[in-house]
Parts: sequence; C-alpha cells; structure tokens
Amino acid sequence: MTAFSNFISTLEQQGIIRRSEITLTPAKVWQIEPKEWGNCARLARDAGWRWSAGWGEDLGDTLRINSLIEMSGDYLLLRAEVPSQAPELPSQTPYFLAADRSERHTRDMLGICFLEHPDERRWTRHQGWGEDEHPLRKVFPLPGNPPEQTPPDKDYPFVKAQGASVYEIPVGPVHAGIIEPGHFRFQAVGETVLNLEERLGYVHKGIEKLAEGRDPEGLARLAARISGDTTVGHAWAACLAMERATGIEIPERGAYLRAIMAERERIVNHLGDMGAICNDVGFAFAHYQFGRLREEWLRDNRNLFGHRLLMDLLVPGGVAMDLDPKAIDTLDTALNRLGRELDELLAILDRNTTLGDRLYTTGILTSKTATTLGCLGYVGRSSGQSFDVRREAPYPPYDQLKVKVPSEDLGDVGSRFWIRYKEIRVAMRLLRVLLGRLPAGATRADFPVPAEGAEGLGIVEGWRGEIVTYVRFGEDGHIDRFFPRDPSWLNWSALERIVLENIVPDFPVCNKSVNGSYSGVDL
Amino acid sequence: MWRQYVKMLKTGLKTESLRKIERDLDIETLGVEVRRLVDKNFASSLAIRQVDAGSCNGCELEIHALNNVYYDVERFGVHFVASPRHADVLLVTGPVSRNMEAALRRTYEATPDPKWVIACGDCAMCGGEFGVSYASCGAVENVIPVDVKISGCPPSPAVLLRGILEALGKRRKKK
Ligand code: SF4
Repeated sequence: MTAFSNFISTLEQQGIIRRSEITLTPAKVWQIEPKEWGNCARLARDAGWRWSAGWGEDLGDTLRINSLIEMSGDYLLLRAEVPSQAPELPSQTPYFLAADRSERHTRDMLGICFLEHPDERRWTRHQGWGEDEHPLRKVFPLPGNPPEQTPPDKDYPFVKAQGASVYEIPVGPVHAGIIEPGHFRFQAVGETVLNLEERLGYVHKGIEKLAEGRDPEGLARLAARISGDTTVGHAWAACLAMERATGIEIPERGAYLRAIMAERERIVNHLGDMGAICNDVGFAFAHYQFGRLREEWLRDNRNLFGHRLLMDLLVPGGVAMDLDPKAIDTLDTALNRLGRELDELLAILDRNTTLGDRLYTTGILTSKTATTLGCLGYVGRSSGQSFDVRREAPYPPYDQLKVKVPSEDLGDVGSRFWIRYKEIRVAMRLLRVLLGRLPAGATRADFPVPAEGAEGLGIVEGWRGEIVTYVRFGEDGHIDRFFPRDPSWLNWSALERIVLENIVPDFPVCNKSVNGSYSGVDL
Repeated sequence: MWRQYVKMLKTGLKTESLRKIERDLDIETLGVEVRRLVDKNFASSLAIRQVDAGSCNGCELEIHALNNVYYDVERFGVHFVASPRHADVLLVTGPVSRNMEAALRRTYEATPDPKWVIACGDCAMCGGEFGVSYASCGAVENVIPVDVKISGCPPSPAVLLRGILEALGKRRKKK
C-alpha cells in the first residue's frame, strides 16, 4: 500500500489530486487530475491494488471517468473529469489488463479517447451506429438513428496467425447449442489451439441508456434482466446502490430474504454448471442428476417465493414477498435432501476416472494470470484468489454472518468444477443459518424520492463473483446514470488464456467451466 | 460403477406425464382444440433450432430445463438441432438486438421451407423491458415472420412445452 499512499499524499500536497468530500459507501472517492490517470493506475498496481470496475458519465460540459480499485476489502473510487469537446486521458490498461475491454466500451459509448490504450479496435459497437456517434452522450436520443437493416459486422480486424498448417476456425455468433451468441475466432495447428479471440457485443440491448429516466422500481426490473441467471445478484446490487444513494436501511427481514434468494441462486446455477460440465465430457448420468436437483430447487422457488428464477422479487427498499413459517420447514427439508444427494453423487464423481481424465490438467488458468486479469468468483477462487465481497466488504446481512470462502489452486477445469461443489456446501450452511435466524417484521421499507444528484454504489457477491453497480439520480427521482459491472467482464478474457495449448475439442468444457455471461457484458 | 447404478435405481423415473405438467400450469387455458391436435400428433417429430437474438439468458435457462428428466421433451419427438438447415422450427428468444439482426435473418434464410418461428418470451413477443431503441429492434416479428408467440418472463418449461405443442398443431394445419 505504501507506494500508492505515498503517491496519494505527494500528489495531494501538490494539489493534483484531492480527497473528495463524498464517500460512496463502501468506497472512498479521490479526484484525480486527468493527466495522472495512467500514472495513478501504475502506482496502484505496484502497490497491489486490484482493478475492479470502470465507467464513464456525461455531465454536460465534462465527462467523468471512474475506476474502482480494491485491496483487502477497501475500495477506492478514482475519478477524473475531461472536457466533453476533447475528452482524452491516459489509459489504465497498460497497468491493469482488466481495464482493457471496459475502456474500449467507454470509448465506444461516450467517445472518450484513452491515450496509449494498446487496442484501437471497437468493442461494443458493431454496425448499429456510426463511429462518431456515442449512445451514452446525453445528446444521443434513445431511438438513435439506426439503418433500415443493420448489416453484419464482418470487417472486424481479428488477430491473424500465419504459417504452414495454421488454420482458422470462426465460430458464432449463432452457436450449435442452446447458449448465448458471441463470436470465437480460433487459430489452430492440428488440434492445438494457438490463439483464441473473443468478439462479443452481439446482445447489446442498450441497458445503460434504457435505464436513464427510469424510476427506482423500473430500474430494479431492468437490473433483474441484465443477465437472467443472475437476476437476484444484479437486482440486489442495483437496489443496494439506490438505497445507499437515498440513505435508507432496509428491514432486517428483507435483507435476510435477499440473502436467502442470493444463496439459492448460487446453488441452482452451480448445480446447472456442474451438470453441464459433465455433459460436455459425455458423462450423461451426472448431467441428468444435477439437472434434476436444479429443477427441484427451481420448483421450490416457484412454490415458495413466486418465481422459478426469483425474478422481480427484490425491489427498492426490500423484497416483494414473504416466507411463511411452513415454507421454512419445507426449505429445511430440501436442504437436508440436497445434502444427502450430494454425498451420494460425490462418491460417484470422485471415483469416476474418465471424468477425472477429462477435467484434470485441462484448461489451466495460473494464479499469476488470474491476478493480472482480476478474475473473480469461482474462476478466481480456483486459481488461488480468495476475494469474496461477502467476507471482505460485507453488506447486510452478511455482516452478521461468518462466510467461509473455499478455494482450489490448480486452476484447471477440475478445480473450477470442485470449487462449485464447495461453494454449494458453503451456501447450504449459510442458508441454514439465515433460515434459522430469520428475523420477524416487515420485508420492505418505503423508498423515498431520491434527491437530484444522489449517487450510490452497490457491491455484492453474485454467484459469478463481485458485482459492482453505480447509480446516480437526476431530476424527479429518475435515474440519470446506471452502470452494472457483471463479474464476467473480468472472467471472459481468462477464457482466451485458458484454452491456449489445449485441443479444440476441449473448448466447450473450458468455456462451460468459466461460463461467462454474454448478456451481462454486452449490456 | 455400482454406486452409479444404485443411484439410478434410487432416483427412479422422474419424468412427468403431460397431464401432470399441464395440471401444474399456473394458467389453465389449454384449449380443447389444441389438446386434440396434441394427442393426435405425439408421434410427430419436430426439429428445433434455438436462436438467442438478444435475450438476457433467462429464457435459455428454461429452454434447457425442457431437456431435464422432469420434462424430457424428446419423448414427444421434439429435439433441438445444431444447425438451422436441420430445423423445422426456429425458437427465438430476446428482443432482436441490432447486433444480432443480420445473424437472425441469415439463420431464418438458412432454414428450409416449410418453417415455423416461435417467439419465446415477452421480449421476443413484444420487446419486453427493452423495446425498440438504437440497440434493439424489439419484437422478433419486426425482423422475421412469427407463427407462435409464448409469453412469460421467462416462460416456464410447462408453458414452453405448450407453446411448442401448439406449433406442432399449426404445423399439421399448414400441411
Ligand atoms: S422474456 Fe424475460 S427471461 Fe426472456 S429474455 Fe426477455 S427478459 Fe430475459
């Protein structure tokens, strides 16, 4: 921390940066002189900070750029403002690779030029709008000015590899399975992958722009649809950001119910992924078993909470449902049953040598690469990272709970398989405690009309890892800026490293072991 | 290996009858007409190509669930194929994002005639939370012709199943 804090205090003395009066819980805010933007990142990296999220805002005459960095559960929000007419500042990507796609997104959406960014190519923009149009500028109208038919994005300059027997495999955007669209460009020699390049942005729906002008409930509904598999996680982050912006506390029971739903979301997704990973290596038995367990939990979700995926149950001020005491017994029984079933499956999976053959040593992500890329959630935690918001920067009700954070350190598909198993077990223990201690009382507080300019940060541990959401209100309690950062932003680029030197047929299982959200990053 | 067999035997048969699945539907609106067609058409085979044209991925989760042991959609002759060239039906989710518009059109063109399109979920039906904007064309029918619409956000597997069976009925009629 010293290099960074020395830097901070030196620059502070010189008046180049200043501690802002506002605190955006849990982050402290620092105002940085734009020309120091890159420098600041370099020192932060050297001091061991992790780059977490970045976004821009149109404030009229100026554009504001934000970078959130974290170390040991302390968050710093770095901010710089540049004139709207000639918005440029040094890139942070040379120091934090994690900032790469985020800066390219900000460049496409707001027209900010990041000097010395190593990649000039567009990211979120395909052919739907022009190079000098920037949808997140306030002058850009929501309907935009799209062509009658949007042409395919066929001239994207992919990295090329040349040489004897090197060949290229283009895949997508429409894939063979029932999954989201994206393009993968492989260069291979024989069966070995030399290079993989991801091209995403296909499901860009303009979520950030659509959020502008929404009321708090409308924003929660939109947040619930950023990535359908993380509907609880994103809705929670958005609600928490709005609640912090208005300074309200939600009733304890509401917070407990949110956590119960978030842990259930973690469990059903991990069950689905474990089954899908087995399926990708042809172990149908496990696929059907995990699929069955997942379905049983989804049915409990529908019967006891009101929606199979728990959509729209988190609202500003709390939750829009309640559990009756009988439901708690049912949930307890379901927990016991799942525990027994997992014990039985564990014995089978653990002894299955063909499964081991395919999962172990496949798709290794080293701890060093995971640190460099800022990998989150199960991807990070199976490669030696230990960060978990629920433990490091707890928000209610996790501040009252002890959260154990499991880890794996081999970084292969096997690690990413077993970490999910361990996380299910932790989530089950948390669920027992949450259900056992569920406080009485209201589940929802009145949500006041937010003041103009009120802003908040919501940082929660979704099932894929840390979700960061920024909200700022404008006139009449309507949203002026909303930015949700799904953990997939940081995990997608890990996949490009993971498949190197692996065989092409192992790509599906490598991909599934990371399971990035397309919708969550395309926005 | 024996543990695996023990687990299989212990698990038993979980697949539910269509009657049970329909009984559990929240909305009981299955028309007598459709039911008749369904009963008659059980033996038919329907090849579906799923296309995510901009979904939030919630719809995909429920489409996946159709293949779990409870719903086991394949027993009705319905199966998901890897290429539009093998498909009778395109099952399209999401509002159509502008960045997916060309891919969706091409997938539609690649599907041999006669073909049917099911718009799956509120987004595909009417644009849902996303509507029409600089980034989204809204409903699927704004881009390609649609035959059957399935509402829900996301539609549950039971509702999906009913929608697909409805397409099966339409298919009979078109023939
Ligand atoms: S209908 Fe709902 S679940 Fe389906 S894509 Fe739209 S928002 Fe997602």
